[in-house]
Amino acid sequence: MDAVTSAPARIILICSGKGGVGKTTLTANLGIALARLGERTVVLDADFGLRNLDLLLGLENRIVYTAQEVLAETCRLEQALVKHKQEPNLALLPAGNPRMLEWLTPEDMQRIVAMVAERADYVLIDCPAGIEDGFKNAAAAAREAIVITTPEVSAVRDADRVIGLLNTRGVAPVQLVLNRVRPRMMASQEMLGVDDVTDILALPLVGLVVEDEQVIVSTNRGEPLTLNGNGSPAAKAYQNIARRLRGEDIPLEDPSKARKGLRARLMNKIRKTTGLF
Amino acid sequence: MTLFDFIQRLLGRQKPSGTMAKERLQLVLAHDRSDLNPELLEQMRREILEVVQRYVEIDIEEGDVSLETEDRVTALVANLPIKRARPLPALVAAAAAVGMAQAPDPEAPQELAVPLAGEPTEDPSPTAADPD
Repeated sequence: MDAVTSAPARIILICSGKGGVGKTTLTANLGIALARLGERTVVLDADFGLRNLDLLLGLENRIVYTAQEVLAETCRLEQALVKHKQEPNLALLPAGNPRMLEWLTPEDMQRIVAMVAERADYVLIDCPAGIEDGFKNAAAAAREAIVITTPEVSAVRDADRVIGLLNTRGVAPVQLVLNRVRPRMMASQEMLGVDDVTDILALPLVGLVVEDEQVIVSTNRGEPLTLNGNGSPAAKAYQNIARRLRGEDIPLEDPSKARKGLRARLMNKIRKTTGLF
Repeated sequence: MTLFDFIQRLLGRQKPSGTMAKERLQLVLAHDRSDLNPELLEQMRREILEVVQRYVEIDIEEGDVSLETEDRVTALVANLPIKRARPLPALVAAAAAVGMAQAPDPEAPQELAVPLAGEPTEDPSPTAADPD
C-alpha cells in the first residue's frame, strides 16, 4: 500500500444487531473481493472481546499488534496491519485483544480509522453484535453502513433497531444484504420473502446470498470463498456485492422467482399455490 | 411441511408461516419504533374512544385503533364506524366539557391517520441526543 490517496476512502460499517447472521463472513469475503478488484482494502475487527475475523481470513497466527498498540504509539500502523499473503491488497487490523484492560472509546476508533483511511480505498468495519458500547464505538468511525440480516423474525427485528440507531447517528447510505436465503422455502411462502424484508426495513438491497454449504467449508479452511474464484452461489453473491459497492449496475434477482424454463416456472407456480415440495 | 399442514392450507385454515412472520414483525416493529407497549396502546385506545363517543355514536365492536407502519413511518390509525351524530345539546355539553366555545362539525371524519411525531429513528439530525 502506498501513502498517496486520490479519493477519500469509503468507510463502511458491517452490522446486524443480532449475532450469527453472517457479519464476519460478509466482511471477510467482501474484503477479499474488493481487494481482487484492485481496491486497497483494510478490514477492521471492531469486536475485540470475541474477535473472529482473523480466523475466517486464515490470519490468526500472524497477529502481533493491534489498534491498541498503534494508539499507544508502541508500534507503527504498518506493523499492526496484517497483510494477506495471497491477496496483498487486503490487510487486517484487529481493534484489540481479549486480555486488554482498557476498552477503546469512540474517539479511539475515529482516530485509528482515520489513520487507516489515509492509505486505503475501502475500510470495512466488522461490528460486534448488539447495540451497546461495541456497536457505538464501531458506528462512531463509520460513514456508511451495510446491514446484514437473514429472513427470520428475530434477525429482522434487531436489524430494524440498528437501522434506527444508524439514522440518528447520520450514517448514510445504509444498504441491506439478505443472507441465508432459501429459495424453495421462499417460493412456498414458508419464509419471509425478499420483498417482505425490504418493505419492512425500507432499505435498498445491495446483495442476496443464498444458503450455501460452501460457506462452512471455507470457514473451516480459513479461506474466504471469494479468494480462489470458487464458483459457488455464495461466492458469486459476495463478488456481486463488491461490484455494486463500486457502482457497477448488476441486477439483483430474487432467487425464489428466478427459476427459468417453462417446466421450472410451472413447478414454481404449483409450489406457490399448494405449498407442496 | 407436514401433510396435516398441507391439508390445513388447502382448506384455507392456515396461513403460510412466511405470511405470519411478516404480520407479526409489522406489529412488533410498530411498537418497537414508537416505544408504546400494548398496555399503553390499550389505554390510549380506550381514551380515544371515550372522547369520540362524546361527539358521535360509534360502533365499539367494530372500532379499531392500531399502529401501522410503512416505509419506516409509524402511524396511529383509527377506524371508527359512526352510527350517528349525537343530538346538538349533547354536542354542546361535550364541547363545554373539553373547554371549547363552539360545537364542532358533527360530520367528523371516519378515519384518522396521525403520523407519530418525534420518533427517534426518524430524526435526521446527527447531533440529536442519544435515544438510548
